[in-house]
Amino acid sequence: MSAVTLERPAVTLADLTAFVWAEADLLDRLAYKDWLKLWSADGLYIVPVERGVTDHANAVNVLYDDAEMREMRVKRLLSGFSMSSAPPARTVRTVSRFVETARSETSVDLRAAQVIVEYKYERHRVLAADVDYRIALSADGLKLARKVVTLINCDDPLHGIGYLL
Amino acid sequence: MHSEDAVAERPWGALFEGDRADGAIYRDPALFDAEMDRIFKQTWVWVAHESELPGPNTFKTGNVGTSPVLITRDKKGEVHVLLNRCRHRAASVCEKKKGKQSVFVCPYHGWSYDPDGSLRKVPHRWGYDENFDPADYPLFSLRVEQYAGMIFATFNADAPPLEEHLGAARKWMDLFMKQGGGFGVKVLGQHSFRFPGNWKIQLENTTDAYHFPIVHKTFLDSLDEETENVFDVLGQGGWVEDLGNGHSVMVMIPSLIDLEADLEAPIPDRFADLAAELAAEGHDDMTVRRLVRAVGGTGFNLNLFPNVACSMAFFRVLRPIDVETTEITHVAIGMNGGESVGPANRARIRLHEHFQGPMGFGTPDDAEGWERVQRGVRAGEGMPILVNRGVPAPEGTAEPGHDAGDVSSEVGMRAAYRMWKRMMEE
Repeated sequence: MSAVTLERPAVTLADLTAFVWAEADLLDRLAYKDWLKLWSADGLYIVPVERGVTDHANAVNVLYDDAEMREMRVKRLLSGFSMSSAPPARTVRTVSRFVETARSETSVDLRAAQVIVEYKYERHRVLAADVDYRIALSADGLKLARKVVTLINCDDPLHGIGYLL
Repeated sequence: MHSEDAVAERPWGALFEGDRADGAIYRDPALFDAEMDRIFKQTWVWVAHESELPGPNTFKTGNVGTSPVLITRDKKGEVHVLLNRCRHRAASVCEKKKGKQSVFVCPYHGWSYDPDGSLRKVPHRWGYDENFDPADYPLFSLRVEQYAGMIFATFNADAPPLEEHLGAARKWMDLFMKQGGGFGVKVLGQHSFRFPGNWKIQLENTTDAYHFPIVHKTFLDSLDEETENVFDVLGQGGWVEDLGNGHSVMVMIPSLIDLEADLEAPIPDRFADLAAELAAEGHDDMTVRRLVRAVGGTGFNLNLFPNVACSMAFFRVLRPIDVETTEITHVAIGMNGGESVGPANRARIRLHEHFQGPMGFGTPDDAEGWERVQRGVRAGEGMPILVNRGVPAPEGTAEPGHDAGDVSSEVGMRAAYRMWKRMMEE
């Protein structure tokens, strides 16, 4: 049996799914400081405004966050001084329809569907998105190396969003 | 919808007097219909920047008031603004946001139009008699004029020429375009979002420095100390100035009015890396200085009545959807210098994303504030909206003869509402 020669068991789709669900749970609970710890130091969190764009660095995005911007963003959202985030709309999200799209020694790419229902001022809004994850297989476990959230209506008018997607 | 007569009978102009407005200006659906007729169908409405139509047969779609339009550049380079409605049975002839094409074919019965709006061909022509002349059925064409690369359109054949309408605002448009850093200005992309509130709430906001340190505290807190000082918008001796015809300028950072002045000044530490990158692209020292100084945009917001603002480093465009819904587009602009200015444009894009857009550090709080106005104004019928704030502008700032006030004053809102009142009474 060749499996016994592996140093550790291969990461399964169930492991990856559990990781993504745990992330979604942190975000719905506004546990943003714990969420920051899920990231690898060079991770990029991107919400584009156009579909099909690959060169995000040279495009206008809804957000294009490296580690420094993520930390500043979390500080802002938790500060209590941002009226769109104090409090933000309540959110309930699900992530599903996972497809593994690539795998290397160091990371796995996943594509998934995310549906968020937000609620504020007696109004529900639905935010559907395709999400592309790159999950790094690091010594201290799984880490988010890249997360691109492409909203279904990203190239049309959105609304003020006071929480994380 | 209200009939033309019912709209005409109401004394709409009386809803604004001096320095206060009736709360109904945000809420009355009949007033909204009247505004679409008397303002958005009568005056010049911004539709595009010239760089959005980069060559022959390019186009974008947009709106003039509540009318969907097609903005095209024909093969000769001429710009046209056309109602996006087939002359046959009204189907929209284009649903793309932008692109390049030399013909627009109505998907319903195949009527095809040139980019200048002429009807080129009608399928199965035999079903019309010999009196049918395609020349009688071009796409409906609006009047189009441009200034400083900004393209405006109007339904009104009798509107004064655009340059006369812009008047004293032209000087500030010219200053604003200096952020092209000598390469001219180019649209880099955009954010758009809607908020549940009246369009005039947003019109007011672009000339409202008073809210900035309060609503945008979390943006200010995210800046390094040097940049935070630059954004101390109330503390730098700025002012607000009525430029006539509803236009106004709010100068927040007087040292950044003219981006081609003070080029000898030392490059701020926070731009040292950018300056080095630009030098590595082969730009000479003066060009590097010009690009770096232009990278953060100008120190003022120019509000052009009724639908566009040149706001520090971007265009803010408003589109009224209905009395309680407004769409805002934040158009990111940069330098039209190709790859060699890439580092400067990337820096501009990241700065834009930092504040603007649905998840920026500024916009969501603005949008929440505007929604709160729309929610609050349901209470207190007959209570006024106050736009009476302001003490005199610092000595030697505004042009003599222009109404002006300190940077936190509501002079720009009063300027816009005076134009609003004039148009609603005409």
